[in-house]
Formats: sequence, C-alpha cells, structure tokens
Amino acid sequence: MTDVTVGSNLGSNLLVDDAPALKVRGYWATVANRLRYDYVTLFFAAVIVLIVLAAMCAPLLAPFDPLKTSMVYRLKPVGFRNFLLGTDELGRDMLSRLIYGGRMSLLMGLVPVVTATILGGMLGVIAGFLGGRTNMLIMRTVDIFYAFPSVLLAVAISGTMGGGMANGLIALTLVFIPPLCRIAETATTQVRNLDFVEAARASGAPTWSIVVHHVLGNVLAPVFIYASSLISVAILLAAGLSFLGLGVEPPTPDWGLMLSTLRQAIYVQPYVCALPGVAIFITSLSFNLVSDGLRQAMDVRI
Amino acid sequence: MWAYTARRILYAVPIAIGVTVICFGLVYLAPGDPVQMLLPPDASQADVEFLKKLYGFDQPIPIQYFKWLARAVTGDLGTSLQTSRPVLGEVSRALSNTVIISLGAVILAFSLAFVFGTTAAYFVGRPIDRVVTGISVIGVSVPNYWLGIVLIIVFSVELGVLPATGMGSNGSDDFTLTSWNQLKYAILPIITLSMVPLGIIMRSTRAAVAEVLAHDFVQTLRAKGLSELSVLRHAVRNALPQILAVMGLQFGYLVGGSILIETIFTWPGTGFLLSKAILTRDIPVLQGAILVLALCFVATNLVVDLLQTAVDPRIKRA
Repeated sequence: MTDVTVGSNLGSNLLVDDAPALKVRGYWATVANRLRYDYVTLFFAAVIVLIVLAAMCAPLLAPFDPLKTSMVYRLKPVGFRNFLLGTDELGRDMLSRLIYGGRMSLLMGLVPVVTATILGGMLGVIAGFLGGRTNMLIMRTVDIFYAFPSVLLAVAISGTMGGGMANGLIALTLVFIPPLCRIAETATTQVRNLDFVEAARASGAPTWSIVVHHVLGNVLAPVFIYASSLISVAILLAAGLSFLGLGVEPPTPDWGLMLSTLRQAIYVQPYVCALPGVAIFITSLSFNLVSDGLRQAMDVRI
Repeated sequence: MWAYTARRILYAVPIAIGVTVICFGLVYLAPGDPVQMLLPPDASQADVEFLKKLYGFDQPIPIQYFKWLARAVTGDLGTSLQTSRPVLGEVSRALSNTVIISLGAVILAFSLAFVFGTTAAYFVGRPIDRVVTGISVIGVSVPNYWLGIVLIIVFSVELGVLPATGMGSNGSDDFTLTSWNQLKYAILPIITLSMVPLGIIMRSTRAAVAEVLAHDFVQTLRAKGLSELSVLRHAVRNALPQILAVMGLQFGYLVGGSILIETIFTWPGTGFLLSKAILTRDIPVLQGAILVLALCFVATNLVVDLLQTAVDPRIKRA
C-alpha cells in the first residue's frame, strides 16, 4: 500500500487517507484502484469469467454429448456412475447439458442488453440533445412501454409472435430499450445545458462533433452501469421465457428449458431437477453483484 | 393538490390509449391468420369469410382499431377461441385470484423488508447491514420460478405438508382465506412471489431510512434526550411515504408479472390464463389479458403517485 494517492480516498477504503497526496490519479485509475480492494466484486467477476469460459469451451469440458439420449439411464441421481450430476428425463448427461446450456443463457442475456443499449442509448441521446418535439415524440412513446411490467411485455411480444430464440431476443430487446432510452435522455439533457457544450457550439463545432466529444463521454457511464445491471434481469427473463416454452426450442440445452422439462420429474429426482435453476441463480447473482461493484467504483448515481 | 390530481389523471389518458394501440397491434405480430387458427384445417372458404366478417378482420386497420376500441370500452374484449366464453369474464375471474396472491406476497415482503431494512439502516456498515444487503441482492437475483420448484420439492415432495399445485378442491369460485384447507394452496405461491419485492423493498427501506438518519434534525432529537427508539420512529415516519410508493409499484409488477409463478403452481390467475392462451394460441384471450393487466398497472401507478402526494406534503409536484 505504498502508492497512496488522492484518488483512493474517494472509496470506502479509509485506511490510507492520512498520508500526504503524492500525485492525482485519473478517473479510470481511481476506479481500477477501488475495484482492486473490492474482493466481493472481484470474486464474482471471476465466477462470471469461469462461466463464460465454460460455455465457450463446452465441447472440451463436457464429458458427454449433451444431445445423446439413453432409455436405460433416465433420471439417474447425482453421482450415478460417470454422470457426475445425474441424467435428465431422456437420459442425457446433466453436467454436459448444464455446460452447454450456459451458451444459450449467456447469449440470451447479453445480446438483448447490448442491442438495447445501442438502440436505446441512441434514441435517448437524440431525444435529449435535440429536445423539443423530437424529445416529446420519443419520450412519450417510451412512457407507453413503461405501462407494461417487463415480464408482461416480454411475454406479450414473444407470446404473440410465437416461440423460438429469435423472437425471444426481439422481445427482450424491446423490453430493455425504454429504460435505457430514459437514462440516456436524462444524462444528455443534463449535459446539453452545461457551459462547455455552449462553448463548443460558440466556437463553431458541428453538432455531431459536440455529441461525440462532449456529450457521449458523460452519457456513457450511467448508461453502461444501468445496462450492466440489466444483464442479470435479462438472464432471468430469458430463462423464464424458455421456461414458458417461448425461448429456446428443444432439444437445445438451455437452463430455463431444462428447468421446465425436468419440472415433471420432481417426484422422481428432485435434486437433479433443481440443478438448472442453481446455474441460473449463480449467473444472475454474479452479474448483479459485479454490476453493483462497478457502480460503486465508478461512483455513478442513477 | 386538486390541480395536480386532475393533471396526473389526464396524463394517464394518453398512456392508456397508447396501451390499447399496442395491445391491438399485438394481433398483427402473430404469424399467420388468426381466422385460420380458429377453424380446422379442412374448413371451407365460406367458413373463413364468415368468421372474418364476424371478427371484423376484413376492414382497414385503423377502422378495425376504432371498432375494437369501441367494443373494448364497453367491456367486450371478444370471445375465447378455446372456450367460446367472453374474454372479459375469464380475465376478471382470473384477476381476482392473481390479486389474492400478489397482495399476500407484497404484504409479506413489506413486513419483513420493513423490519430488516430499518435495522440495517440503523446499523449501517455493521454485520447485520451486510446480511440484509446480501439478502436483498439474493432476492432480486434468484429465479423465482426455480425457487417455486425448490419450495415444492421441500414442502410437498419431501415433507408433504403443503400441496404442490392448484387452488383447492373447490376450484377458484369461492376461495376464502379463512379456511386452512384453501389457504394452504396459496402459501407457497405467496412466499415465492414475495422474493423479488422483498429484495427491492428492503433495499429502498434501508436507503430511505439511512438517508433520513443522516439529517441534522436527527441530531437535534438525540440532543433533546429522546430515546433511540423514538429517534428511529421519527426517521421511519419520514421515510415511510417513499417506501410505501415502492411497495405499491411492486404490487403492480406482481399482478402483471405473475405468469411464471402461476404456471408452476397452476394457480388459476391471469398469468396462468396467459400461459394457457400462449400454448393454445388463443389470441383474443392473450390480447384481452394483456390489455387488462397493463391498464391495471397504469392505474396502480396513478394511485400510488396520488397517494404519495397526499400522504407526504413535502412533495410539491410541478
């Protein structure tokens, strides 16, 4: 702890504050320094990395083919012969399916959030920067989507369009655009009226340049933090849609879908049936805690 | 106050109209022709035309919308393709069942969250605060449909003390919370549903009470010799309107978003109705249920807003 700086005393780490300031750290260095001592965030970030790696290297890690069924070895308990986590209702290896299932769940959690961040963020910046009628039009439309609880909106869209992964992704993206648009609009409106934007305009900078150089930098942090908190929601919702038969289609391994089909077998193998939910839980918890940690480290209030 | 109330109600009108447009538009998201789904594959062209006329599918879309809206306003949301009964009747019957468990869940969540959230706010940074913060993160991270299954495994499969699914032998028509034989069916759904609001209300209680406790007047209260309990009571009274508002919104979310939990427990509420409608592609029921639920959500938001303004005179709305 020799590199004592001014930046570090902004965090909860109060132990090193008495030393004289040696140099002023930049924003990102401060954030990184805060994260370095936030062991909870670091631990769950590591969990996320492990889950992502496992999903990416699924063919190398999975002991069996996740689609290979077996009439003999149906619904076997945890630790039965080579099946470390038992088998499902069609005799497929649970461990392999859980490893492969991470692919779909992460995909369904990340893709809608990233897409919605880009689209919603753009809409919000446009609404905030242009103001006036454009703002009215965009934000009042967003208000209407706020009239639907997120689960209901996702179910409404994918329920009418029918099941399948593409429809699930579209539904989730549409659910997340309104909140992200609102966050971006609020941040943009705040920045727009600040002096440095006025100064840039007075010195003849074109609008696109003002947006790119002066507005985006101030909008990205809250949007990014909010988006990171949505990943956990997206994973829960996506698995929920699959659970209802609206997301990923069988026989593709997906945690939500596995939970749904295994539900019929709770009287036979209760613990095996609960496993996909554990995977969803750990993933969503990790994303939630890392998002909280990032928010604190970046000192963003939403 | 009255001016604000009037303005707030007026503001809800365009939102409600927007909701009807979206619900109406849902039918056009559905792949294929809804008329075809109503009829067996070998139906004659005459039958198709007849049904098209009956449901008004042969007119331009704006006309269809206004006709649909005019009927919806009078309470005619169409007929279920599956049961041939009026959609509104099916939805309102289901809605009361959903309200039972949602209300139970939000009351349970509030009672626990209030006690623990206040305790955590009083002991900020102490171990008890860490525990409460941890619980609230778990509450919002746990897939509640999975928790429902786990509860069924523990209480129905292993212990056999509570029923796993359904709503009692009497069905949904005369459900009373006073009889244990019926109440026991509601217990697991209520506990499961209460997890998310528990996490969220707990977090906001902790934040709201901690914020009030940081005010200068709290120091004054202590300086004039009030007991710590009285100090806490002052703080809680100041934070309460905000907490109740969060609770009201959570109730709205539960009513609108109970589909997963009701599917697991086959609880005959709106969520269960929706999931059946999705499975059988019963578009009128799907549309009607979503419309009613979204309008309920708009109404809940409105009531929460107005109540909060009425209860807390400090909030001066523009």
